[in-house]
Amino acid sequence: MATTTDALKSTASSGAFSLSSVTAALKDGGFAGLVTLGLSFPIVALRAEQDMSNQLILQQRWSWSLIAAAAVFAVRFLVVLVRGRPRTVAAGIPIPAPPRPAVAPSRASVLFTRYIGALGILVLFAFPLVILKVLGPAGSLKWINNYGVQILIYVMLGWGLNIVVGLAGLLDLGYVAFYAVGAYSYALLSTTLGLSFWLCLPLAGLLAALWGVLLGFPVLRLRGDYLAIVTLAFGEIIRIILINWTDLTNGYAGISGIPRATLFGVPFTDTPNGFAATAQALLGHWFHHIRYQSIQRTIFLFYLILCLALLTNFVTMRLRRMPMGRAWEALREDEIACRSLGINTTTTKLTAFALGAMFAGFAGSFFSVRQGFVSPESFTFIESATILAIVVLGGMGSQLGVAFAALVMIGGTEILRELEWTKQIFGSDFDPAQYRMLIFGFGMVVMMIWRPRGIVSTREPSIFLKEKKAVSGSLVREGHG
Amino acid sequence: MRWQSDPLLVVEHLTMRFGGLVAVNDLSFSAGRGDITALIGPNGAGKTTVFNCVTGFYKPTEGRLSLARQGKAAAADIEALTKTGKRHALTPSGDLYLLERMPDHQISWHARVARTFQNIRLFQGMTVLENLLVAQHNPLMIASGFTVLGLVGIGGYRAREREAIEKAKFWLDRIGLIPRADDPAGELPYGAQRRLEIARAMCTDPVLLCLDEPAAGLNPRESSDLNELLRTIRADHATSVLLIEHDMSVVMEISDHIVVLDYGLKISDGTPDEVRNDQKVIAAYLGVADEEVEQIEAEIGA
Repeated sequence: MATTTDALKSTASSGAFSLSSVTAALKDGGFAGLVTLGLSFPIVALRAEQDMSNQLILQQRWSWSLIAAAAVFAVRFLVVLVRGRPRTVAAGIPIPAPPRPAVAPSRASVLFTRYIGALGILVLFAFPLVILKVLGPAGSLKWINNYGVQILIYVMLGWGLNIVVGLAGLLDLGYVAFYAVGAYSYALLSTTLGLSFWLCLPLAGLLAALWGVLLGFPVLRLRGDYLAIVTLAFGEIIRIILINWTDLTNGYAGISGIPRATLFGVPFTDTPNGFAATAQALLGHWFHHIRYQSIQRTIFLFYLILCLALLTNFVTMRLRRMPMGRAWEALREDEIACRSLGINTTTTKLTAFALGAMFAGFAGSFFSVRQGFVSPESFTFIESATILAIVVLGGMGSQLGVAFAALVMIGGTEILRELEWTKQIFGSDFDPAQYRMLIFGFGMVVMMIWRPRGIVSTREPSIFLKEKKAVSGSLVREGHG
Repeated sequence: MRWQSDPLLVVEHLTMRFGGLVAVNDLSFSAGRGDITALIGPNGAGKTTVFNCVTGFYKPTEGRLSLARQGKAAAADIEALTKTGKRHALTPSGDLYLLERMPDHQISWHARVARTFQNIRLFQGMTVLENLLVAQHNPLMIASGFTVLGLVGIGGYRAREREAIEKAKFWLDRIGLIPRADDPAGELPYGAQRRLEIARAMCTDPVLLCLDEPAAGLNPRESSDLNELLRTIRADHATSVLLIEHDMSVVMEISDHIVVLDYGLKISDGTPDEVRNDQKVIAAYLGVADEEVEQIEAEIGA
């Protein structure tokens, strides 16, 4: 070991690779290659497939396994050769890296973070109109609907979950349950009682908040892993109830024919009372050229979800500066200290659950009004995992980071569908969207190595005396339930 | 003897068992209003357990902890409150609380007992100023109309928050941390973190401040600063102090009253001079020579 480190030191100083560093790299690379070989042979080298007579036949693809092992060997060999072995002591316990000194953010980056939010909002408000102008109604539908609306739903869900996970530090793996409650609330209230979207929206939020409190009560005493497991189970319970209570929810078949949203009573239809006709009648001077187009409804939905998301953001940002928000963050930092200062941790946790759930409820009712159809299929665990991944990837507690992570994760999925040219390389059977999870998994691993605290890893203080200084992520706790 | 004539906190027959282990055994003492009362004893004597019972983090197995916030409570009033099963009564001498019946956050908010911890528990990722504002959570919460009014900007929340900041600044000035108000608490040096924890507890306007080893890990200069701080807290803020401490230079210098515990039992109770010369205390701390063991054991009734 001593010779290796000496050799590395000399490598660093002279720039040449000594013999012992090459052997060390060979040894490390060889070991990694062998592990890959061992792992890949049952899942890659041997593949069972059904033939015409429904019998399983074993395909052997040893070359794939060997290629994978060789690739891992080569990468590991180069990494070790260039960067040196990870420093370990004899017992194999890694030596913790010395803490990096907190670097004060530069003036430019402070200005950047101050104004990027406002800039982003301006861009978002202009987005559908600009796209419509450039690409025309047919071409812009995909951009406004698949990218715009879809991403904004997840931005809103991410911001909602950020209250629970990022601020209060309560790990919630069943967030999609509240999204489902919101969606089914609107679907059922509108189809059975004929209530309008604008009446159902607050109702759906309230119902979801109620369910948030109902979930909150039993899990008050749980922390960390246990809390995560129970919330996960709660998410599944809601979904399974939606499947099995067929009298109410129509089970797997879902609820269809959900009424569309109107702009304060003005529907987006090609009728004399529709949006285009009304706009002409009321504001003929500016809107004389407007005709009915189905894209108008999509643009309306875009602005609707944008406003809902901004409402979530506004409330969260404001709450952070209020005693309630500070109590959430204090709860994440140290629950016992909170209690010693007279903070009722029960109500503090419940309000975090309720508020997070309420915003999911809003988003859920938007989801059902947009789709016109809901079924339990839309509320599986993978949705919870995606939303949580957005929060973690964005940097827990950071509004900007969460928005950016949603853009990358959901926008990335959509872009994968666009990569038609990959078919020319990998053959016509190749579907890049199938590799979504693989790419995200890889992206997550890379993030955890380079930015373990997410895209925005610093915490912005809620108040300051003289100067606002970002708090380094290494000091901020993740919360333990 | 203020702890007899005007007790703030009266602990009677406090017993705390953890399964078979008796951490505190039938302990009775009182802490005088305006006194600095020290709770001392060798490691494992049960001092922190007493603290956890007083501040509501543990529910005592047996015993009564009565706290008279404004003035000495009559014995009859305490008995009457005990019989009702309630936590609080308004007696002729002021508010009377039975701490063993209250959850921890209510003890802090209603009975006004604040505490610090043996291992510092600051909100490390929050700034120094934020730490002091979280301590004023309850009054700010009321001023913000339980968030609802504050969220829409109605009511006097802004003004109340400014007052809270002024109060935080007062304490920051007192502990010499004004220049570091916007730094995260976790970046402060150890001694400053200790002082900040005391300031944070003081921001809850306590009548009784419980300090669990506040001088642990401090150098002699920081210890003497701490003595000074505790004296001014007692003099200027009508706050009595209950203190666990191993550093005898702190204990003997500033305490008005010392209670000594050993193996969960009270072995001595009195002024610093009385305790200093108590044979049982010397025996508990220093041990005794082999030939004296029997004699001492007979004396202390072990």
